[in-house]
Amino acid sequence: MSWLIIAPILIPFATAIIAFLLRDKAVAKWVSVAGSALGLLAAGLLMAEVLRQGVVAAQMGNWAAPFGITFVADLLSGVMVVITAITGLAVAIYASGEVSHRMEQLGYHTLFQVLLAGVTGAFLTGDIFNLYVWFEVMLISSFGLLILGGRPEQIDGGVKYVTLNLISTVLFLSAVGLLYGMTGTLNMADLSIAVERVDNQGLLTVVAMMFMVAFGVKAAVFPLFFWLPAAYHTPTFSVSAVFAGLLTKVGVYALIRVFTLIFDHDIGYTHTVLLWVAGFTMVTGVLGAAAQMDFRKILSFHIISQIGYMILGLALYTPLALAGSVFYLVHHIVVKANLFLVAGVAERLAGSTDLRRIGGLYTHAPLVSVLFLIPAFSLAGFPPLSGFWAKYILVKASLEGEYWFIAFVALAVGLLTIYSMTKIWSEAFWTPHPDKIKPTLSRLTRAERWRLLTPIAGLATLTVIIGLYPEPFVQFAERTATQLLDPSAYVAAVLGGRP
Amino acid sequence: METLLSLTVGLLFAAAIYLMLARNVLRFLFGMILLSNAANLLIFTAGRLTFGAPPLIPEGADLPMSDVANALPQALVLTAIVIGFGLFAFALMLVFRAYATMGTLNSDDMRLAEPVSDDLPPTASPAFDPPTKGSRT
Repeated sequence: MSWLIIAPILIPFATAIIAFLLRDKAVAKWVSVAGSALGLLAAGLLMAEVLRQGVVAAQMGNWAAPFGITFVADLLSGVMVVITAITGLAVAIYASGEVSHRMEQLGYHTLFQVLLAGVTGAFLTGDIFNLYVWFEVMLISSFGLLILGGRPEQIDGGVKYVTLNLISTVLFLSAVGLLYGMTGTLNMADLSIAVERVDNQGLLTVVAMMFMVAFGVKAAVFPLFFWLPAAYHTPTFSVSAVFAGLLTKVGVYALIRVFTLIFDHDIGYTHTVLLWVAGFTMVTGVLGAAAQMDFRKILSFHIISQIGYMILGLALYTPLALAGSVFYLVHHIVVKANLFLVAGVAERLAGSTDLRRIGGLYTHAPLVSVLFLIPAFSLAGFPPLSGFWAKYILVKASLEGEYWFIAFVALAVGLLTIYSMTKIWSEAFWTPHPDKIKPTLSRLTRAERWRLLTPIAGLATLTVIIGLYPEPFVQFAERTATQLLDPSAYVAAVLGGRP
Repeated sequence: METLLSLTVGLLFAAAIYLMLARNVLRFLFGMILLSNAANLLIFTAGRLTFGAPPLIPEGADLPMSDVANALPQALVLTAIVIGFGLFAFALMLVFRAYATMGTLNSDDMRLAEPVSDDLPPTASPAFDPPTKGSRT
């Protein structure tokens, strides 16, 4: 049982070690792909177990909770681990065609696998201090990946990314310390009970806000998102894809976890703040995207605006809204990582990511155009793709809660998303290339074509499947939301019979 | 004693934030290390202080005989110090590289990734090689 839950963390770590030892050889990339495939298998097995049992928990070193470190997989953690593994596999395959030998020597695959381990660990841990440690594992490997290669823009973006994220982790650490001082426990299930016994509930709200700011920086919400558009367009495409897909979503996951399991004592205050944050995040993100003329910068700003939707679901705090958040998380990771991968192919074919410098992809590379259109339409929320259902659930939840204005904002932001997707489409795909270059797929070698396009096609297929058969996914999201709103099963699985 | 330590933590946080508001990235880093030390001290203080009672269990017993100091906050602080040290070393090196690359420590002048002017970049991409010119490098 406990092997099942830690295998998704151990496999990437083991892969990282092997890849490190082999980093000078050409096989390291295949080790990375094989490790990611194995990780997906382990994640799938864990998910099957979670679906059967509800919540799976394992105590490290057999120290009973709340004294030892607990790993917990409930439906939310389970699905996040699976989607992390899927993204990891797709990006590992893509990286085998993209990452240069020089970067492999510098340890690209090792850092990438450690990043996956850190993200998975953050999703699975049931201990708030341990969550801090996983955040750090994730951060330090992301620092390495971000500046790997050492181009001047990467260093510049890196400075902003590193400094703002360091502040957020210190704030997180301080909040953990204060929460421990008030409750005397670090186990999240135990905390959900212990916070009720705190005398000064006002102080608890202060700590809750500290957590909100700390995770808000990670999740890139308004007004804490500035590190993201400064950094995400600078590294290699496979790196920005995995960052875009996973890193901010760890922040969103942490917000959802903490503000459903632990801090549900003053919803009128905390979740109202979250609602405002969600609205501003959606609007500023999409407006920022409208002002950009770079493929990846537009996509980076879109991450921010999409984060707003996920926070919206948490802020409304109804079963339907939370289901929308969960659905949105899963859909967004698949779609966003895919768009960054497409941007990489566009750059390889047309020579730049600056939209004013490229063009002609529609005429010369129709396959790439189709592979762009699927995630782009999905992101904007066209039926019948996955993004439509995600937005539909959230708007429906806002209307049911009679939050007319936020429903309007969500719809308007969707419209503006289409605007900037249209901009990419017309500049990169429709207009002829300004330098009269023909961006055909023959610019890639046969092997590169397979390695770059297979993961994109795979993720696009996943988007279409979620879009065409949304029923099981929506039902799953609703089950997850019910479990989040009633944490008794989570608490019982961690603490056993103990009240 | 707890009051004194709490005041110290507050003072450290204030000094750290003051330093971090500077445009000079190096001053920011010094603020950062103060901040992480302030956080460590905060955890230590929040775990309550006990004097002269190390958490030792006599041989043969399962529990300590009397009230002892809480060892957990110290374990947390130890972990946080190690992590903080590693991150700080990385950040220092990064700032050094940034200074070597951009020739400035003023964060307002670090605009390579987000240029102020709206001009086109000088060339398409240094690695890009149009097919008309022949082989790929």
